[in-house]
Amino acid sequence: MINSLQHLGAYTRNSFSKVGRGTGFLLQTLSYLFSVVARPRLLMAQLYSVGVLSFLIITISGLFVGMVLALQGYYTLSAFGAEASLGVMVAASLVRELGPVVSALLFAGRAGSALTAEIGLMKATEQLSGMEMMAIDPFKRIIAPRFLAGCISMPLLAALFSAIGTLGGYMVGSGLLGLDDGAYWSQMQAKIDFQDDIINGVIKSIVFGFVITWIALFEGYDSVPTSEGVSRSTTRTVVNSAFSILGLDFILTALMFGDH
Amino acid sequence: MDNNSLPSNNLVSIRNLSFSRGEKIIFNDISLDLARGKITAIMGPSGTGKTTLLKLIGGQLRPDQGTISVDNQNVHSLRRADLYTLRKRIGMLFQSGALLTDLTVFDNVALPLREHTQLPEALIRTLVLMKLQAVGLRGAKEMMPNELSGGMGRRIALARAIALDPMMIMYDEPFTGQDPISMGVLAHLIKSLNNTLGLTSIIVSHDVHETSLIADYMYLIADGKIIDQGTPTEMHQSSSAWTTQFLTGAADGPVHFHYPAKNYLDDLLSSGKRY
Repeated sequence: MINSLQHLGAYTRNSFSKVGRGTGFLLQTLSYLFSVVARPRLLMAQLYSVGVLSFLIITISGLFVGMVLALQGYYTLSAFGAEASLGVMVAASLVRELGPVVSALLFAGRAGSALTAEIGLMKATEQLSGMEMMAIDPFKRIIAPRFLAGCISMPLLAALFSAIGTLGGYMVGSGLLGLDDGAYWSQMQAKIDFQDDIINGVIKSIVFGFVITWIALFEGYDSVPTSEGVSRSTTRTVVNSAFSILGLDFILTALMFGDH
Repeated sequence: MDNNSLPSNNLVSIRNLSFSRGEKIIFNDISLDLARGKITAIMGPSGTGKTTLLKLIGGQLRPDQGTISVDNQNVHSLRRADLYTLRKRIGMLFQSGALLTDLTVFDNVALPLREHTQLPEALIRTLVLMKLQAVGLRGAKEMMPNELSGGMGRRIALARAIALDPMMIMYDEPFTGQDPISMGVLAHLIKSLNNTLGLTSIIVSHDVHETSLIADYMYLIADGKIIDQGTPTEMHQSSSAWTTQFLTGAADGPVHFHYPAKNYLDDLLSSGKRY
């Protein structure tokens, strides 16, 4: 009994201390963001490894998600004779919900895990410590450029996901199901609202990008510098990012669309 | 021995230092001095906190008690910017080399120059080539760290440590895991760099033979205390059972071969857990 109370106490204390360390980590990272802008080369390299290298998984997934949406949507809509609204359905689902959320989940798995493993191994091989001893601040050289790259890449990847998904939906709708091209695009153009749908979706993806990159970098920086420790941190990045994305998605959706 | 009256002779002085990790006491009220321009070796069995001592001197860890001053500046009362300024004058060679794995050998050595100076690229190139030449690895400048052998990696790290012409270099176990040739090469390098560049060197090591060949002064640390100190010759003639055991590598003595454990017979007869 006493033992389990002790465990609970230790767990609670550790959790709070981790939240504290995480917040401190974030503040320190943010304080270096301006210095990143002054050194675009470091940022470019990270935009490449975080953003460009995630390109393939995002486009292929986006294409298939859009195609499946069109197939599924068609059978439901046709029951009401509303097949012509397929374009709106596909596009609205993508830009409001699936684009930001699915691409964020993929981004956490592809780029987030890579960031955690990289930083964790840098810590394990004393590279971070070595930089500190060379009077080079790891936050400035390593953490901040990666953070900014993650925050920039995520909304772009989500936009790409939605765009490719819409095309995938069109391919299935027009090619496979024989829908009218004009109806697909014109209804979409008429019904998708820039502010309500697109901007809100972009806001979601910005929030997700911020949170995933923060979690990934912090888990790497805070990892136990052993093989097992880095592996655990990498797992935690993916799991915690997924929870945060889905939880935040609910909150953001409620705030954005709750009063409609 | 109180050297406070001659502060200028000592680059580093440590006074009444205590440090512990959790329950484990690493240092218990130790004081030592590192003379300017000399090679001082800190020796002791594995796990006595020799690396911790270097991290304390470099300001990466904070002592529980006591002061550490480097070049008459108290390391732990410096502001962050001043600490970084001080660190630019201290080179450190990590046991692992700590080279950045995403940069070539050339870029690794150039890193401190690019970060801390505004020198034109042509001059940086000249400086890097000079440092690489000093460690004999100019030919490896295009290689990546994962292509280097352990000894080469450490020499590259040494070239990087001297890139900014520091006043002091701290070597963390420079000889561990080296073959006899690279061990000899490293020992020779440490000695010649110290003499030609007018450096002060601290070597943390448990490699008795190589270290006593090049050190000017040695401290022997165990159980959080300084057990013995002196020049290598004095140490080899020391009457301390401790020093004798450490220098000759005897299996038993003041340091026991066995880690503390319960009674051997009881342990054998008790039923263990199966995994």
